[in-house]
Amino acid sequence: MSAEALSASDYIKHHLQNLTYGKFPAGHEHAGEWGIAHSAAEAKAMGFSAIHLDTMFWSITLGVLFLWLFSKVAKKATTGVPGGAQNFIEMIVEFIDSTVRGTFTGRNAMIAPMGLTVFVWVFLINFMDLIPVDWIPQLAGWVGASFFGMDPHHVYFRVVPSTDPNATFGMSLAVFALMLFFSFKIKGVGGFATELTMHPFSSSNKLLQLIFIPINLILEVVALLAKPLSLSLRLYGNMFAGEMIFILIALMYSAGIAAGVFGGFLQLGWAIFHILIITLQAYIFMMLTVVYMDLAYQTGEDH
Amino acid sequence: MNINYTLIGQTITFFIFVWFCYAKVWPPIINAMAERSKKIADGLAAAERGQHEQELAEKRAAEHIREAKAQASDIITQAQKRAKEIEEAAKDDAQAEAERIKVSANAEIEQEVNRAREHLRKEVVVLAIAGAERVLKQEVNAAAHAVALQDVAAQL
Repeated sequence: MSAEALSASDYIKHHLQNLTYGKFPAGHEHAGEWGIAHSAAEAKAMGFSAIHLDTMFWSITLGVLFLWLFSKVAKKATTGVPGGAQNFIEMIVEFIDSTVRGTFTGRNAMIAPMGLTVFVWVFLINFMDLIPVDWIPQLAGWVGASFFGMDPHHVYFRVVPSTDPNATFGMSLAVFALMLFFSFKIKGVGGFATELTMHPFSSSNKLLQLIFIPINLILEVVALLAKPLSLSLRLYGNMFAGEMIFILIALMYSAGIAAGVFGGFLQLGWAIFHILIITLQAYIFMMLTVVYMDLAYQTGEDH
Repeated sequence: MNINYTLIGQTITFFIFVWFCYAKVWPPIINAMAERSKKIADGLAAAERGQHEQELAEKRAAEHIREAKAQASDIITQAQKRAKEIEEAAKDDAQAEAERIKVSANAEIEQEVNRAREHLRKEVVVLAIAGAERVLKQEVNAAAHAVALQDVAAQL
């Protein structure tokens, strides 16, 4: 959206609203029907029975792009002298493989491919942040107005799925589910229960131990739940803050030539710095995923 | 910032992508890499083996050359010896031949001399008789003196 037509705060709000497709709540003129929300309030009123089309679109598009690119190279993978594309892909694969080897001590052929998927997917998702903030939303507004007869002001479009907590929580929930699955699979129900109740406090005194069990359970469950929460919030927070700065810089373009030129330099500087952040966040997300899997696999009593 | 179905959609997407990567993307790449590193290791081992073999071959070749040199010098010595022997034999042969030729030449010369002497003897006799005939024609009977003259001629 161009800033002239909106106030600065509207501009920011517009950028922070997802394109929401959901069920209109009671009291709406289309109550009970499914449709695209025309305002932030409408989207909010839809509650849980809604889906963010932009988040899903970009995350699936980028994931498919990643898988298409890698499987294309994988199909033609030669054991002889590799070409440029294969070299590049192998570099990433090698990097992930050595990281997983160094971190994950269990035996599971799924962990390294998961690390690769998480790393490249999250990186590509984060990379969308480097595209100037107005380009794709403007395009989406134009498409919405020309092909779907919508008011372009009502076409909300967020380009970076990792600035949508749904996306980051969705991924961390998957990681959490795998964590629980492997914990039960490797340690068994009893082993997992022991892990949750016998640490960090333990005593040879039966009575004392009985008192310790609920305390341990609370501590360990909090620690367990904190893992997916911190995993998703870290990514979400970093990317949201980064995007917000881009939006604020973009506001300067409508504040005269001097501010616009200054904003251009700021955007360039922040984008260059942001390259580090998006890579680092993708790496951290991948690394923590692998570490959590390793924790799920650890049967040792040492903490 | 509304939490909604996107959460579940994202979770499902995550599982699908991870599964696809696990099933289709990861194995071919990692296998190709493992196979290549095995190939390289094999190649390096083969190169080392080749180098080792080359060293051995060089050693063997040097051995062969040394042997050949020794053999050659043996052969040369033998040949020289043989040549000397042949030379000696030839010299002996030549000497013997020369001796033989000399002997036969001498014999021939002797023969020739004898023949010439015989001839000369006859001539002398004739000449002497002719001379004596001339002398005696004037003073003596030729037939009476011929016997005496032949005696003289026989003493030649």
